Amino acid sequence: MSKIAAILWKDLLSEFRSKEMVISMMVFSLMVAVIFNFSFPPGSEFIKDAASGILWMTFIFASLLGMGRSFVYEVDKGCMQGLMLAPVDRIVIYVAKLLLNLIFILIVESITLPLFSIFFKLDIWTDLGAIALVIFVSSLGFAVIGTLFSAIAVNTKTREVMLPILHFPISIPVIICAVQATSAIFQGEAWSVIWGWTRLIIMFDVVFFIVAFWTFEFIIEE
Amino acid sequence: MSLEKTKNPWVTLLGATLFIAMSVNLYLIFQFAPTERSMGHVQRIFYFHVPSAWVAFLAFGVVFVASILYLWKRDRKYNMVANSAAEIGVMFATLVLVTGPIWARPVWNTWWEWTPRLTLFLILWFIYIAYLMLRQFVDNEERSARFCAVFGIFGFVDVPIVYMSIRLWRDIHPSPVIAGGESSGMHPDIRVTFFFSLFVFTLLFIFMLIQRLRLEKSVVAVSDLKKEAALAA
Repeated sequence: MSKIAAILWKDLLSEFRSKEMVISMMVFSLMVAVIFNFSFPPGSEFIKDAASGILWMTFIFASLLGMGRSFVYEVDKGCMQGLMLAPVDRIVIYVAKLLLNLIFILIVESITLPLFSIFFKLDIWTDLGAIALVIFVSSLGFAVIGTLFSAIAVNTKTREVMLPILHFPISIPVIICAVQATSAIFQGEAWSVIWGWTRLIIMFDVVFFIVAFWTFEFIIEE
Repeated sequence: MSLEKTKNPWVTLLGATLFIAMSVNLYLIFQFAPTERSMGHVQRIFYFHVPSAWVAFLAFGVVFVASILYLWKRDRKYNMVANSAAEIGVMFATLVLVTGPIWARPVWNTWWEWTPRLTLFLILWFIYIAYLMLRQFVDNEERSARFCAVFGIFGFVDVPIVYMSIRLWRDIHPSPVIAGGESSGMHPDIRVTFFFSLFVFTLLFIFMLIQRLRLEKSVVAVSDLKKEAALAA
């Protein structure tokens, strides 16, 4: 536990000093939201139905942007060897990076969401608990597979391109369920409907955390 | 690894059997099987479409098992099997995605419909295209084998979850009424033709896997020889 915290703290500290990642993810996600807004006719009613889709596209793009960087510093600056020489299990490195990515994503989402609700005139406050739950479990799902795939993608020739290509097809269940759950919340549907979607996302998180837990050590050995 | 004996009498025999079986299969499909009453001749594509889908699933299953075995035993041959099966699987999945719309256009009156099965297949296709791309974009052979094995496991584990989420997604949206298709009672001659075609396609898969593996072995042998030559020079 303290080992995870140590790695996490080192990364948080370096981010806190540069603020590079969170700020670029923030600006990027806001821009995506604004650009999506232009894909509809002005004052269109469609936008209400499409809002949860746009929200999640924004979150996904921003998350991928952030996660893509999570191993780049380690590999480019030669810190990966140091990290691997540290007397910790490989899985500790995975969990620390996973938490780091999750924290970044959640920070960006919690700032984007209120702005999004202003831009698209959505009421996020009445069901804030449900929205927070859906956002948390979905972001966890993105981070669970994204952390592992970014460790793969950083070793390929086409780093930035490879991560979304690996990530999107696998994360489709989370994307479908997150969009549907959020749109059910915005339309004031019953909790049972929202829970039906959320349950699937939680299942995805658990299954892929187990798979990642088992396979991560094969990714960074050598 | 040395270049193995390239001629194997069993493989030749399998090839000959396959040639005869495929000819019989074509006869069954185009002559023996009755023309379906409401869909007409276009229904015959079903004898290619469904077996292709079956072979694609089978191939991706082989990728999954070979990936686990590779991570466990670290034997190069499992990596070769996974790579060969993935390529064949993508080819058959492409066939499914091509033959499906050809049938759907006259019968459903649309090229594409976001039904659970179609959507699942499209996603499956993307997963294994990503798999093959990953293989291309990693230089080191041993590393690419490890990465692909991990991704092969992720891809296959994802399939049931994708299917569940798409099912739920379509159940909530009102969907246009779609004919029951293959589940509705089959004429006995149609059933015979169908199961024979399924058998032939499975045989074709085994044959292609063996041939693709032989090719893969030659590729590996050549690259090993090149490395040796480079070291000697």
